[in-house]
Amino acid sequence: MQVAGKTRMTRKVVALGVASFFAGGAVAQGADTSGGRAIAAGCAACHGTNGVSGTRVPSLAGIPLADIAARMREFKSGQRSGTVMPQLAKGYTDEQIDLLAAWFAAQPAPAK
Amino acid sequence: MSLDVLRMRRREFIKATGAAALAASAGCASVSPKSAARGKVVVVGGGYGGATAARYVAMWGGGGVDVTLVESDAAFISCPLSNLVLGGSLELPDLVVGYDGLAKRGVRVVHDTATGVDPDKRIVRLAAGGDLAYDRLVLSPGVDFLYNTLPGLASGDAQARVMHAWKAGVQTLMLRQQLEAMPDGGVFVISIPRAPYRCPPGPYERACQVAWYFKRAKPRSKVLILDGNEDVQSKKALFTRAWNELYKGIVEYQPNYVLTDVDVATMTAKFETAEDVRASVLNVIPPQRAAAIAMQAGVVTANNAWCEVDFLSFESIKVPNIHVLGDAIQVAPLMPKSGHMANQHGKVAAAAIVASLSGAPVNPAPVLNNTCYSFITDREAVHVASVHQYDNVQKTLVPVPGAGGLSPAMSAQEGAYGIDWAHSIWGDMLA
Repeated sequence: MQVAGKTRMTRKVVALGVASFFAGGAVAQGADTSGGRAIAAGCAACHGTNGVSGTRVPSLAGIPLADIAARMREFKSGQRSGTVMPQLAKGYTDEQIDLLAAWFAAQPAPAK
Repeated sequence: MSLDVLRMRRREFIKATGAAALAASAGCASVSPKSAARGKVVVVGGGYGGATAARYVAMWGGGGVDVTLVESDAAFISCPLSNLVLGGSLELPDLVVGYDGLAKRGVRVVHDTATGVDPDKRIVRLAAGGDLAYDRLVLSPGVDFLYNTLPGLASGDAQARVMHAWKAGVQTLMLRQQLEAMPDGGVFVISIPRAPYRCPPGPYERACQVAWYFKRAKPRSKVLILDGNEDVQSKKALFTRAWNELYKGIVEYQPNYVLTDVDVATMTAKFETAEDVRASVLNVIPPQRAAAIAMQAGVVTANNAWCEVDFLSFESIKVPNIHVLGDAIQVAPLMPKSGHMANQHGKVAAAAIVASLSGAPVNPAPVLNNTCYSFITDREAVHVASVHQYDNVQKTLVPVPGAGGLSPAMSAQEGAYGIDWAHSIWGDMLA
C-alpha cells in the first residue's frame, strides 16, 4: 500500500472536507422539505456526513444532480460494475434516486 | 497492509476531525438560521446508534434543541474491526474514538450511567445522582448478557476467566492474551448463542481471525465453532469456503450446539444434546437481551428481551416519547443487529424527533441500508448489503427484493473498503 503520500493526502482531504461541511451546515439544518435529506443521510455512513467523504469512498456533495442520478441508474441496471453499490442501488426507487441526487448536488463541494 | 498505515490514519483522522470541529465552533453560530425545533433530547448510550442520533439531532435541530448524551465509557471503542485485534493485525487503540467531537458540536456529553427512567415525569436518573429532564428520550443501550442461563458462569470470577469479548475493550485484550498464551496444538472453542444476537456474522469472522493467527503462529492448533443455531447465520457460502479452503484442517464447524453450562475449572462446555467439549481457550458469546435501562424504562415488549418500535420514528410502541435504537430493538424482518443498521436507526429517529419538536410531519417513507464487512484474513474481506424500505401495509421495514447481496469472493479491495467504512462511519457518528 502507498504509505506516506496516501496518508498525508487522506489527512488533508478529511480536514478540508469536514471544514467545508461545517461551512455548509446551515444548508443541512431545519426542515427536510423534499425528503431528500433523509434518504441521503443513509448514504453518509460510507460517503461521509452530508456527502463529504474523509476516506477513499467518493464524496457526493456538490456533484451535479444528473451525474449522481445517472451513476445510480447505471449501478441499478447493472451497466456499471462495483462491489456494494450495484446491490444497494437496486433498493432505491427512481424517485428516491432523484431526490437524494438533488440533495447532494445542493451541498457545498469539498474544497480541493 | 499496513498496520502502521491504519494506525497513522486513525491518528490523522482524530487530529483532522478535531481541528475541523474547532473551526466549526468558531464560525457555525453566525451562519445558522433559527430553527423552529425546540426542546430537550436525552440520548442514553454513545455507540453506533446513540452517538449518531445525538449528532444528527444537534445538526438538524439547530440551536433550539438541547442535546445531552449519557455514556459511561470515556471513549467509544468499536466492536466492528475488534476481531482483527484477536487476530493480531490491529491493536485496541485503532478502534478508539473520543467524544470530544460531539461535545464541540454542542452535544453535552455526560459520562455517567443511566439507572432509571420515569416516563410520566420524563426524567432520566443518573448513578452519580441528579436527574435529566427530557421531551424526547433516545435509548441506544446495547445488550446485556444473560449469564443466568449458564450457572457455571454466574460468578464474576468465572466471567473473568471465560471471555465473551462481545463488547470491545478489556475483554478483547484478555481474549487475545489467552490466545497468545495458549500452547501450539490447543483448541479454541467459540460458542454462539441462538439468534437473535448482536452482529450475526461476527462469530464466524472471529473464527477466521483466530485461524489466521494460528496458521502463522500456532499451526497445530484448532478453531472449533459450536453454533447454538442450526446453520451459519450470515455470509454462509463465503465463510464456509474460507474454512474449507484457506483454513482447511484448522476450522471445524458444528451446528446445533446449544450451550447449557460451563465448568470453568476444566474449561468444559456442556450442551443440550451434544457431548461435553473441553477447550484450551473457551470463548462464550452468551444469550442476550436489551440492556437493563430498557427494562427499567418499560420499553421491552418482545419475549422479555427486545423493544418493539414504530419504524417511522423508532419510538417505543408502548411508552410515548422514548425512542429505542440499535441492537436493543425487536428487529424488522431480515434486519441485522449491526452497527451500520444502528447508525441508520439513529438518523430516522433524529429526523422524526426534530420534526416532532418543530411541529412538522414525520417522514412517512424512511429507507435504510446496511453494509457489513467481515475480514477473512488480515486484509481480505467480504460484505453483505441490503436496503430496507417502509411498507405501509405491513407497517414495518422490509428488505427490497432483488437488492443487496454478498461479495462473490473475498478480496483485498473489499478489505480496504472495510477499513474505509469504519473510519467513515466513526466520523458520521462522532466527528
